[in-house]
Amino acid sequence: MTEPLVVLKDVNKHFGDLHVLRDINLSIGAGEVVVVIGPSGSGKSTLCRTINRLETFETGSITIDGKTLPEEGKELAQLRADVGMVFQSFNLFAHKTILDNVTLGPIKARKTPKAQAEKRAMELLERVGVAHQAQKFPAQLSGGQQQRVAIARSLAMDPKVMLFDEPTSALDPEMINEVLDVMVELAKEGMTMVVVTHEMGFARKAANRVVFMADGQIVEEQAPEAFFTAPKSDRAKDFLGKILTH
Amino acid sequence: MGDILGSYDVLGAFWLTIRLAFFGALGALVLGTVVAVMRVSPVAVLRLLGTSYVNVFRNVPLTLMMVLSVLGVTYIMGLPLSQDVQQNAIRWAIVVLSVYHAAFVCEALRSGVNTVPAGQAEAARAVGLTFGQSMVNVILPQAFRGSVAPLGSVLIALIKNTTVAAVIGTADAAGLMQEVIENETGSFSVFAIFAIGFVILTLPLGLLFTHLSRRLAVKR
Ligand SMILES: Nc1ncnc2c1ncn2[C@@H]1O[C@H](COP(=O)(O)OP(=O)(O)OP(=O)(O)O)[C@@H](O)[C@H]1O
Ligand SMILES: [Mg+2]
Repeated sequence: MTEPLVVLKDVNKHFGDLHVLRDINLSIGAGEVVVVIGPSGSGKSTLCRTINRLETFETGSITIDGKTLPEEGKELAQLRADVGMVFQSFNLFAHKTILDNVTLGPIKARKTPKAQAEKRAMELLERVGVAHQAQKFPAQLSGGQQQRVAIARSLAMDPKVMLFDEPTSALDPEMINEVLDVMVELAKEGMTMVVVTHEMGFARKAANRVVFMADGQIVEEQAPEAFFTAPKSDRAKDFLGKILTH
Repeated sequence: MGDILGSYDVLGAFWLTIRLAFFGALGALVLGTVVAVMRVSPVAVLRLLGTSYVNVFRNVPLTLMMVLSVLGVTYIMGLPLSQDVQQNAIRWAIVVLSVYHAAFVCEALRSGVNTVPAGQAEAARAVGLTFGQSMVNVILPQAFRGSVAPLGSVLIALIKNTTVAAVIGTADAAGLMQEVIENETGSFSVFAIFAIGFVILTLPLGLLFTHLSRRLAVKR
């Protein structure tokens, strides 16, 4: 295995009385694609959000490229810039054009000159297939297009790792593939990715590893094919049984 | 009616009302924005300061603040804003109008912040913006656009509240009205002139803000 890029050690987190993350240990190598799967409420989103500290945690440590996540402040903002995040609900800046959505981070957080940021943004929009919409506002785009813009917005920061929290579950079925295709391309190009998704097709095609979570714990880690055909734990068998029959 | 318009400088008095309102609104907008940012900041002390500000100035009568600015601050504490009595009153009136209405601007803006989905702030933080950068570039622009209507109400209230400045002797519309009533008789036409003056100032603004709040609303 390559040098781990993201390392979580004994991470614990509570929401009040609820123990959402229990002794999470997870290492993600550079270029690795990890799919996180598990029942609703098992802590998948929380896991993603803790990796870039949108959520705090109580004990344990998280390092990215060897650096520990700092507490709130400018330093944390800089570190977050290295971690791309794509949300279920896209979260594009509603008052800004598509182009400005993509250039805001580079211009403000990286101090990239405007012209250079726009040139790069157009390349990225081209790559995700929405370059011709650059001057429109988010509300004028379909969900699939918005999500592809959100991916371009993250890529514009040249992140070391990208987190995806159910990127396709708010989309109409006919738009799911256009987003997954972009993600598969990214994976092929060697991007390090953590993807919360129930899209087994994507997991089989692009993931190196499937991490199965239940009740705030990592119950099982396997290669995708092995996980889907021969899960080891009863929780995973039970879960797969439910999603496969649907 | 014609006599009054002929022998008193009604337009001049309304011009002062407009100046009080303009600078008061400007001050209230800036100060109110600062207080609103404090109220939503991640720093607990700032949030407490912001909340205290709103609670204090929303509950102290404006008249009391006006009187205090001139009697208390100018004469007892010896802090005039100008050596000229009229200028001092005008400047203090602007400061008091700003400070008082900032509390209402803050609350209007906070209602605007609430129209911005939480995901917008998270996305801003996720691309590496600091709290300040995310406020200036993502949250506040949408919050202003989402609070145009309540901000318009605050502005109209402020214009009408400029009349309170007459208690410290500013020669604004309300000050002149008192003077006219003292000199002439308090006939209905005197009230009518000043009432119409205020309606002319506020009615178009009300319409404008309603129009703007529709046009500027962020499409989601
Ligand atoms: N901000 C919060 N405050 C309190 N409890 C929360 C908060 N966010 C999540 N939770 C709770 O923590 C648990 C884990 O939530 P999380 O969103 O991480 O689950 P998930 O695996 O992503 O589920 P889903 O598949 O439904 O998205 C759930 O029980 C949820 O109700
Ligand atoms: Mg979730």
